[in-house]
Amino acid sequence: MAVTHGVHPTIAVLERHLTLYRRLWQASVFSSFVLPVLFLVSIGIGVGGYVGRVQGVDYLSWIVPGVLASTAFQIAVGESTYSVLGDFKWVRAYHAMRATPVGPADMVRGHLLYLVFRVTIAVVAFLVVVVFFGGLHSPWALVTPLVCALLTVSVAAPVTAFAATIDHDSYFSLLFRFVVIPSTLFAGVFFPVEQLTAVLRPLAYASPLWHAVELCRAATLGTAPAWPVPVHVGYLLVWAVAGLFLAVRAFRRKLED
Amino acid sequence: MADQPLIYARGLVKRFGEFTAVDGIDLDVAPGEAFGFLGPNGAGKSSTMRMIGCVSTPTAGELRILGMDAVHDGPRIRARLGVCPQLDNLDPDLTVRENLVTYARYFGLSRAESRRRADELLEFVQLGDRAGGKVEPLSGGMKRRLTIARAMVNEPDLVLLDEPTTGLDPQARHLLWERLFRLKQRGTTLVLTTHYMDEAEQLCDRLVVMDGGRIVAEGSPRSLIATYSTAEVVELRFPGMPEAGPRFAAALEGVGKRVDPLPDRVLVYVDDGDAALAEIQRRGLEPSSVLVRRSTLEDVFLHLTGRTLVD
Repeated sequence: MAVTHGVHPTIAVLERHLTLYRRLWQASVFSSFVLPVLFLVSIGIGVGGYVGRVQGVDYLSWIVPGVLASTAFQIAVGESTYSVLGDFKWVRAYHAMRATPVGPADMVRGHLLYLVFRVTIAVVAFLVVVVFFGGLHSPWALVTPLVCALLTVSVAAPVTAFAATIDHDSYFSLLFRFVVIPSTLFAGVFFPVEQLTAVLRPLAYASPLWHAVELCRAATLGTAPAWPVPVHVGYLLVWAVAGLFLAVRAFRRKLED
Repeated sequence: MADQPLIYARGLVKRFGEFTAVDGIDLDVAPGEAFGFLGPNGAGKSSTMRMIGCVSTPTAGELRILGMDAVHDGPRIRARLGVCPQLDNLDPDLTVRENLVTYARYFGLSRAESRRRADELLEFVQLGDRAGGKVEPLSGGMKRRLTIARAMVNEPDLVLLDEPTTGLDPQARHLLWERLFRLKQRGTTLVLTTHYMDEAEQLCDRLVVMDGGRIVAEGSPRSLIATYSTAEVVELRFPGMPEAGPRFAAALEGVGKRVDPLPDRVLVYVDDGDAALAEIQRRGLEPSSVLVRRSTLEDVFLHLTGRTLVD
């Protein structure tokens, strides 16, 4: 019985995801690294040529933080749907972990740490590209990976809870159709939410993505965000903490009997 | 620790809503023992195993594993268990070796130690040459062996095997039995469920027969046969079966301890097969075929749990 406790179970779960990523990373190169740059070029430069300046800056610089945060958002949501359901239903990896000292909280935290890693490399790669387009205007841009990491937990945790609750993957198309796509379109990524009618604006305010976009935009442009920074950060933290609680509870229930 | 049972259960109950899967069982499994749960589908074997594995909470009763409380000490108990589940849950996208190393890390083992044990166990289950290959193309028997290797990665005090050879071909089963027998020789305590009688006779020092969530018999394979069956069984076929079956069964009454009329043959449970055959001849009965064989656990099992098909 030489069981030494060298590695924390949460880290062991993270390692499993990283080992899998090392085998399967090619599949996500396009969506994580290429697509954001295509958005930047086609909309930032292409559409931007017609738009001119928005809120006092060129359009490309204006959408850089939006594309940045929405990339984090897409990865966080996308990697918390089929892969979580699959690890319960088809691979049964979580059942395998359940037979070891790894607990539901370790499983959730390991998964989220992995997503923070995935988002961070995507976001940093994008920032490096953006530098060559002259899209960053303040050293505060360096904090955007932290904002994106927080956004990742804020959205991945509740989506993970959702994925661990359902039994069939058809629910995911509802999630993408009614939550992810509207969020991306109307949360201040491509145009200021002030353009929305007053009736729709609260929906943007409710989306964690809008708060992250505002923080990232303030950072890359060196301006003040729409609301005070603690309010934006606090709102994201509420989603993160509530999501974590729900995800751990969903995992526990799913693995109970 | 030596005198303490590895598994101690009193009045163990598991209910799912209205359905009672395990209905108040008592268990004592000693260190070094190979202990089996036998029973038809739905008898409560897997539910019991999941409670012992500390992944399912008992509804009532007391359950102590390795001297600790199954409800409160789950993670500490699981750290010392090896579990081979009924459904394979290997990572199909990882290599054979990565599956073991990843799993070893769940137990907090260092990277170097995880790799060392992975290589050692792959040799033990004869998968050393597949170490770098993916799991997906492995045969059913190979996947099972890999799952058993994975269950050994933390050098467990107690190994739980839920239907370890279901669905395997005879060669794969025999190889697996031989490996499990080696584990047993090393002193590892094995607890397994099966509905293969030959498996139970091969591997188990002691077993319980479960039916309807209860333990209906307990003992070594030999003592169960002695208690619930006879030394030999005479299998007789008669012309005109199955219609004529009950008539012949009645005519055979008193030849042995018990007569069991089946649609295609009549079984007579006897202590001495040759003496029984002589008596059958003396009574003027003329079977179309005769087989005298030793009693097996299957006779015990069918006697205790009935011949009705359970799905």
